[in-house]
Amino acid sequence: MGRLCILGVRGRTAWCTLLLLLCCSGGDCESETRTPGPTDIQGVKPFHNEPQPQPFPEEEKANMPVFTMDYSRIQVPFEFTLWVLLASFAKIGFHIYHKITIWIPESCLLICIGLIVGGIMHSVKEKPPAVLSSDVFFLYMLPPIVLDSGYFMPTRPFFENVGTVLWYAVVGSLWNSVGIGMSLFAICQIEAFGVQDINLQENLLFASIISAVDPVAALCVFEDISVNEQIYIVIFGEGLFNDAVTVVLYNMFSYVADIPAVESVDVFLGVARFCVVSLGGLLFGVLFGIVAAFTTRFTHNSRQIEPLFVFMYSYLAYLVAELFAISSVLIITCAITMKYYVEENVSQRSCTTIRHVVKVLASISETLIFFFLGVVTITTEHEWNWAYILFTLLFAFIWRGLGILVLTQIINPFRTIPFSFKDQFGLAYSGLRGAVCFALVFTLPDTINRRKLFVTASIAIIFFTVFIQGISIRPIVEYMNIRRSNNEKYNINMEIHSRTMEHIVSGIEDLCGQWSHYYWKDKFKKFNDRILRRILLRDSRAESSIVSLYKKLELQSAIEMLDTPMGDLSAAPSVVSLHDEMKEASRPKKKFPTADVRNMHNILAKNMYKIRQKTLAYTNKYKLPDESRTREILIRRHSSIRRSLRASSFRDPLSENIPKSQRYYSLQPGSDLESAFALRRRSHGAGGSSTRSAIPLSPIKERSPGPAPHRTPTVQQSEDEEGAMPHVWSWPWMRVGPDTMNYRIYG
Amino acid sequence: MGSRASTLLREEEIEEIKKETGCKLCQNAPLYLSQTSITNPVFNSVFSREDFQRIPELAINPLGDRIINAFFPEGEDQVNFRGFMRTLAHFRPIEDNEKNKNAAPSEPLNSRTNKLLFAFRLYDLDRDDKISRDELLQVLRMMVGVNISDEQLGSIADRTIQEADTNGDNSISFNEFMKVLEKVDVEQKMSIRFLH
Repeated sequence: MGRLCILGVRGRTAWCTLLLLLCCSGGDCESETRTPGPTDIQGVKPFHNEPQPQPFPEEEKANMPVFTMDYSRIQVPFEFTLWVLLASFAKIGFHIYHKITIWIPESCLLICIGLIVGGIMHSVKEKPPAVLSSDVFFLYMLPPIVLDSGYFMPTRPFFENVGTVLWYAVVGSLWNSVGIGMSLFAICQIEAFGVQDINLQENLLFASIISAVDPVAALCVFEDISVNEQIYIVIFGEGLFNDAVTVVLYNMFSYVADIPAVESVDVFLGVARFCVVSLGGLLFGVLFGIVAAFTTRFTHNSRQIEPLFVFMYSYLAYLVAELFAISSVLIITCAITMKYYVEENVSQRSCTTIRHVVKVLASISETLIFFFLGVVTITTEHEWNWAYILFTLLFAFIWRGLGILVLTQIINPFRTIPFSFKDQFGLAYSGLRGAVCFALVFTLPDTINRRKLFVTASIAIIFFTVFIQGISIRPIVEYMNIRRSNNEKYNINMEIHSRTMEHIVSGIEDLCGQWSHYYWKDKFKKFNDRILRRILLRDSRAESSIVSLYKKLELQSAIEMLDTPMGDLSAAPSVVSLHDEMKEASRPKKKFPTADVRNMHNILAKNMYKIRQKTLAYTNKYKLPDESRTREILIRRHSSIRRSLRASSFRDPLSENIPKSQRYYSLQPGSDLESAFALRRRSHGAGGSSTRSAIPLSPIKERSPGPAPHRTPTVQQSEDEEGAMPHVWSWPWMRVGPDTMNYRIYG
Repeated sequence: MGSRASTLLREEEIEEIKKETGCKLCQNAPLYLSQTSITNPVFNSVFSREDFQRIPELAINPLGDRIINAFFPEGEDQVNFRGFMRTLAHFRPIEDNEKNKNAAPSEPLNSRTNKLLFAFRLYDLDRDDKISRDELLQVLRMMVGVNISDEQLGSIADRTIQEADTNGDNSISFNEFMKVLEKVDVEQKMSIRFLH
């Protein structure tokens, strides 16, 4: 605890220093250029080796200046770095006190810090950097976030629910915009509120801006409480595609706001434009993704620049989309397409690098956006109008709730797993507004005479939703989820067996795959296997020696870990200890005091594996996916395989001698190691790699298990399944090539 | 890969499977199943353990091996489509109208008892109808992370047995298993929503 306090104190002093620095050198203030000259070094003893007849240089002489400062030259990058550092220190500071981030979402905290900094800056009459101006936001801050969303998008759940997601995003946004716009226009007619001069077009424009949903904070909460996958992916997808629709609507309405009268042809053209924008974005994304994948096919000799392609191509795609004014958010299709092929082509290190850098960039962008939200709030001029703002809040809430309700009723019959009312409430309540809304409102042209009111209203909505909804969503959802009554009779048996059953069911679900939309998936798979994979993937042969060496080292370190006498990783009691245990069967029964039992409950609750929720792990914006648990499970299987092999090599491997419980691991004792590494995937005919032979797993009675431990089998390496486990690179010992592992370590 | 002895599924067989498992859609099931998980074509094939082990999600399921094993009858290494559907039928949701009507003499495969039996068999590997302490320990070890020592796990296992054991034989029989889980909503937990 003491250390934490010291860190906190150091963090705080660092903040203060940074704040002071920023205030002194902030924003648009006059740049302190100082011409280096003799006046600067008055009083500085010349320790330099230039021969000087006098100790102090005289004014007329132009001597070599010892100490010069040219601030204007470095001003922009310097300030940028300081801002980023400040925001990052804020993030470090939050996570020192864990409890804070549980109850208050990070975005709230960042806004608060931004408010404080903004207050300081305002009091010293500085202006903040124009970070949230249109160009900087859309060209520099939004692309990393888009790339991050696309790159870590869980493809299988997404494509299963794509209809629902698009339905909510497109129709929902339209519903919200039009609804809020109309209602606000109706309110404007009332004289008492003093906003009569806002016409319908401007209302619609404003409504389209504030219907942009950004559920980042809600997603964090949902992940912590393990909400079910369907809700998660729908909220995530809706937040993503919603931006695209909002931008289109915004452009449409801002165009319309200029012209005095709207004709029906314009409406029709608007719809056409929407289609062009969205389809264009999708197609461009896929195109660039394919080109990127193709490029990485040839990079096996220049591994260092591999990550570069991912970033450059996606940024290029984004800029081209901005050039043609098509939706840049839909460029996430670029990331989705790219990732699948690129991760097979590039080396493991490049893969890790790419993932880390994507996360870092997205994290910085996100942090800065919320931070500057706070700063700019203080420093802009506001115009407050109680009626308008309150009604905006009210209508935003009402229309979103209504929208979700109506839309869900319509789409539920088409869904395999329909949404219950609790799900709908979760969906409606997670409609937080965020950065896109803010940036868009700043790009409103000045021709709109109530611009300041709009700005204030948007800021008010953002603050309200982020703070109130963001903070309250956790208690509400937790309250709703508690279906079982928490009585003390919930004993250990129920806990263990419930978890077992959950694992079973999730296993069976994985076994069955998905049960709908199979037709298109099948078609795509065939197309993929026959055409795309051949073009875009380098022929999957053995990786370079460096990579295989890395894998071998990984495996050996894993083996060493198992060899040390740690009881923790033992998958099962070995044969010998089983016999010992049976002798102990007649031990006297112990009595367990309640404190012990509670202890056990805690231990179990903390340490039992949760069932797989791949979606959630991969879409968390602040963390890379955590694979320690899969590693543990795989190491354990590995060790059980080893154990069964070792057992068989030391004893008569007839089936009677081996207790039945030993049989039911993934490897029958005495049979081939090749089939033991069960993550071997089938080859989809990629390049017709016929060098691999599939040695079938034969029943135990037929084999002579003697030579088995001494052989060095070739292990089949085949391609990944679409959307299954794309990140096999983290389990190097499971993905092996024919020349890497030799299993003589067993013998 | 997946198709060995080709036993064509004829119409009669499909009817029998439907009656036995109660799955109305099982006729179309092979088409559905053929994409991600099991090999295609499924109609004529027989599955081996390899086919199941290929599924990556099962590989990182803590109980993956045992689940795979549950599909294969005792001592065999292959299962045909009928056997596969039989096992899968355990996970059909229980419909309300089934609870009331007097079913066939044998209980439907997805009754609560049979669901519990499935789970019980996952623990009880040697099929002696008792979960011994070691078997419980094995499953516990698989489900728990590396931070727990063997002693802690041992005492948890002891406590589990103590809670459930009523006849003092230091192991859990199926009846004791059922009794201790009587408050748990097994029908809902052990059902997959899209099997009808």
